[in-house]
Amino acid sequence: MDIQQVLFWVLSALAIGCGLGVILSRNPVASVIFLILTFFMISGHYILLNAQFLAIVNIIVYAGAIMVLFLFVIMLMNLNADTEPQKSRLIQVAGAISGGTLLLVILAALRTSLYSVPLEKGATDIGLIENLGKTLFTKFVLPFEVSSVLFLSAMIGAVVIGKREPAQEDGGVGAALRQPNQN
Amino acid sequence: MLLMIDWAFVVEKLILISIILLGSLGVAMYATWGERKVAAVMQDRRGPSRAGPFGLFQPLADGLKLFMKEEIVPDSSTRFLFILGPGLAMLTASMTSAIVPWGPDYVTDSGRVIALQVADINIGILYLFGVVSLGVYGVMLGGWASNNKFSLLSSIRAASQAISYELAMGLALIALLMLTGTLSLRTIVEQQHGFWNDGYFTWNFFKQPLGFIIFFVCATAELNRAPFDLAEAESELNMGFHQEYSSMKLGFYLFSEYVNMFISSAFMATLFFGGYNFPFMDSVQAGVPQWVFVAICVGVLMAKTIGFILLFMFIRWTLPRFRYDQLMNLGWKKLIPLALINMLITGAVLLFFFNK
Repeated sequence: MDIQQVLFWVLSALAIGCGLGVILSRNPVASVIFLILTFFMISGHYILLNAQFLAIVNIIVYAGAIMVLFLFVIMLMNLNADTEPQKSRLIQVAGAISGGTLLLVILAALRTSLYSVPLEKGATDIGLIENLGKTLFTKFVLPFEVSSVLFLSAMIGAVVIGKREPAQEDGGVGAALRQPNQN
Repeated sequence: MLLMIDWAFVVEKLILISIILLGSLGVAMYATWGERKVAAVMQDRRGPSRAGPFGLFQPLADGLKLFMKEEIVPDSSTRFLFILGPGLAMLTASMTSAIVPWGPDYVTDSGRVIALQVADINIGILYLFGVVSLGVYGVMLGGWASNNKFSLLSSIRAASQAISYELAMGLALIALLMLTGTLSLRTIVEQQHGFWNDGYFTWNFFKQPLGFIIFFVCATAELNRAPFDLAEAESELNMGFHQEYSSMKLGFYLFSEYVNMFISSAFMATLFFGGYNFPFMDSVQAGVPQWVFVAICVGVLMAKTIGFILLFMFIRWTLPRFRYDQLMNLGWKKLIPLALINMLITGAVLLFFFNK
């Protein structure tokens, strides 16, 4: 067993452990922290595959930005263990069935990859930033630009939804909502 | 297979890491002394003067005091996260030091090259961003785990401020990266060799002055330093996210700020002010033994870094604090468009005049 295999098994075990921690811990903040750790383990796998750019972008985007927003929301919701709603048995069964179906589909999709040729270590440089940039801006330039337009429209949509309309300040929905408080 | 490790390399790196960690802790320690001296000079006082000559032992006394104080963990806090918070803040503060090139390579007599950089990774600047974006967690978890309204408010302020200014910081650096064409800090420093070449300055500051100013403002905001120290606005939030902390856990939060200041000053010196390069370095290199030259280079980088630390301090004791909406307006409505324009101009100049 060489050092890469050792690292692979250690990272995989930790990733699965942290993933279990996400769904098994009672405290939502602990779940978020486990999820962040899982992202780190996945980044470790990317580095083993010589995809350093993906590894660091995974950390910047998911661990550094998205999970911070998750934490914001969870911290402001003031979740306590005793206010947690009890899930009914029906929802638990439905969750188990849908999760099991997802597992089945993923297994079916990945089944063939078990027999494929294992990745030669160090044989691929596609994950390095220079190669990735060249590929993105030559071969895949149209999908790349289209997806950035998609992001732009999502951003504009978020701004429009988040914007308070000054016309409704007095009257309309705002006034109707404020009514009960005045009594 | 497992034992085929270059032990000399490991030992070399371990020594380097220890020196850098101890060095940045030492600089941070004396930055607290320096800050009080600077404040004293600017306010016509004498500052710390009792412990040792010029009060030079004051940081040691402060450290001892923090260690000796009673350690209090509030009953209603989330104990694990409460302890994790300061540790994370300190960890992320010192992690970025790994990619700063502190000096040129030293070649021993047997031909072995010793690099004065812990890791020269080809995603250097992205690594910097990754660690900076993780720096928010120490503050957020600590503030939330304290179970105190003021701490929570302050940590949310600090986090949203950091996230907002990271954007402009990244955009400012993209313009720089278009010039350098690489993310490796070692290569960026080597491109700025000397001071003058081909009829123009080699340092990136003279090619990206606007980028540097944006970067500097964003770094001040990321450090939560005045005039952007909204997270510890005493008049509104009592003290800040570390209100419930005592003893060395408080010390870690305060200290990580100074370590951050040291490292980000080193980064500004490296990215924009030529790192360890200085004018006429080639003739100096020819005239002195190699170890003297390396020592001079490290000294030059340190001098630039300390210069930036002093600049941070002068700003802190000069400017009043921003209001929160002013802070957000500056970040989102001024710095980001400015950085975008800077990026466009850089791209256009590169395309039309240098045809890169």
